[in-house]
Amino acid sequence: MKKLSARRRHPLAALVVLLLALAATGGLYAAFAPAEKAQADTAAQSLAIDEGKKLFAVGCSSCHGLNGEGSSDGPSLVGVGSAAVDFQVATGRMPAQQPGAQVPKKKNIYTQHEIDQLAAFVASLGPGPVAPTEKQYTSTNPDDVAAGGELFRTNCAQCHNFAGQGGALTQGKYAPSLEGVEAKHIYEAMQTGPQNMPSFPDTTMPEEQKRQIVAFVRNLNEEPNPGGLTLGSLGPVTEGLFGWIFGLGVLIAVAIWVAAHTTKARKS
Amino acid sequence: MSHDMSEDKLPESHGSAGQHEVASHGDPFADPGLPAHEPRRTDIDERAAKRAERQVSLMFVVSMLATVGFIASYVAIDADKIVYIFPLGHVSALNFALGLTLGVALFCIGAGAVHWARTLMSDHELPAERHPIEADDEVRADVIEQFKTGAAESGFGRRKMIRNTLIGSMALVPLSGVVLLRDLGPLPEKKLQHTGWDLATPEHPLPLVNMNTNKPMKAEDIVVGSLTFAKPEGLEEDDETFQQQIAKDALMLVRIAPENIKDKDSAELGFEGILAYSKICTHVGCPISLYEQQTHHALCPCHQSTFDLADGARVIFGPAGHPLPQLKITTNEEGFLVATGDFAEPVGPSFWERS
Ligand code: FES
Repeated sequence: MKKLSARRRHPLAALVVLLLALAATGGLYAAFAPAEKAQADTAAQSLAIDEGKKLFAVGCSSCHGLNGEGSSDGPSLVGVGSAAVDFQVATGRMPAQQPGAQVPKKKNIYTQHEIDQLAAFVASLGPGPVAPTEKQYTSTNPDDVAAGGELFRTNCAQCHNFAGQGGALTQGKYAPSLEGVEAKHIYEAMQTGPQNMPSFPDTTMPEEQKRQIVAFVRNLNEEPNPGGLTLGSLGPVTEGLFGWIFGLGVLIAVAIWVAAHTTKARKS
Repeated sequence: MSHDMSEDKLPESHGSAGQHEVASHGDPFADPGLPAHEPRRTDIDERAAKRAERQVSLMFVVSMLATVGFIASYVAIDADKIVYIFPLGHVSALNFALGLTLGVALFCIGAGAVHWARTLMSDHELPAERHPIEADDEVRADVIEQFKTGAAESGFGRRKMIRNTLIGSMALVPLSGVVLLRDLGPLPEKKLQHTGWDLATPEHPLPLVNMNTNKPMKAEDIVVGSLTFAKPEGLEEDDETFQQQIAKDALMLVRIAPENIKDKDSAELGFEGILAYSKICTHVGCPISLYEQQTHHALCPCHQSTFDLADGARVIFGPAGHPLPQLKITTNEEGFLVATGDFAEPVGPSFWERS
């Protein structure tokens, strides 16, 4: 002890004390802090689940059952995960307006907070895809657009059209247009495969590729028009219609104009 | 030229007189005859004619200017320039200028020509009487007589053998044309029967490679309700023949809960509910992959053929004549999905030699 105190004026003493203090603080933090944080989290989480359950009972249970077990009117929600809830409710598809071949997008009546609570409740029923964080669907690399275009043409264009304008499926179902859809919702749709869309899980389409596709679709929406009418970018159907009605129509109108008001026509 | 406005050229003086004459005939449906010629304003008014002449030339001049404008904008406008034009929105300045000037140039030539024809070219009316196109009875009787004599002299009706062989030879002649089609090239031989998957054998199975990641896949990577595209291992996008190969080799992988698969054979070709179907429509070969994960229907965008993937890709709607061929898949020791042979039937559209 004496030896130690004898060196307390040593130039390095302050440094040693500082190091000891840091180690002690770090150790204490490691011992207590995470436990506290986890506790706080679970508490908030279970509160959210409780609130979500109440919201669920009001808005969803008539079709999906009181505990999300499903009924003849709606599928079981066990294992669909929070990503599916966030997509379906935030785009207004759920609660569904009426049964039918396809549940269309409509105005969303829930706040994001309520949606999170609903999602927490559904996620508690069984593990499933988790709603993505902003970092997962926001691309920072400009090259992503090109890579995403290639992936889009392989995986998405067959239903959603090369310009993301959507298209018809069988018996009244359709692939909706991707114009103006939020990046998060595009990502979630790929993750979960809503309605008749197949899913593209991370195992077959890694997170990064989903992000690239999102970047490409967002870019499609912002692209300036290089000229001419796009006619909805729908391809041969609208182009044919336009050709027949406007192209031929104008030609007929011109023919009538050329022939009208001649001496002969005026008399009859 | 002097101002030529003589009385008899004005419409009232002669239009009304002509009509009165016809109506007084007593028969309301009498042939009204040709309507009286009505001179145009430009025929009787030299100033109007001059004005029309100027209008026509003006349109031609506008057309010339537009063509000059076309060339000028081609030279002057930067190809990358984007401008805002109501109501088109943001458009390429160059394309817009080229389209507009060329359109104006062509339209003005047309409109000028039409205006010229209607106001200044000769307005003379020429009646062309219609005649029946049939010949008169005498000529017809003569022709029929000659035909009968000819037929009798040839003995065509009597000599059945000559008649039949003639018909036969006439019917066969066009065949030589069909044979000439052979010059189009060699027959496809067995090329349509085989795909890249025929490299696979039960001893040397060929891994399925994910088109997105370019990596082989494990069975657990494919979840129920997902859709994945695959190609045979060894086929790379940089290969010279990639496009021709993938047109036959492309696969779509779906996983259907085993209890939902209706076709036993199809379930057996798959692996634990993972089914590998050809992506090529059996109608005329469009790539189909509009897969509906709830109904398990795959739709072809070209002519709406619909296949039920849960039932061996049976055709449930549309013009396709065959179900989609299914590839037999399994997993190897490391758990990767592999094919053990080629498709049992040729992929894609029907052809004559198709078994
Ligand atoms: S090519 Fe598929 S239906 Fe015609």
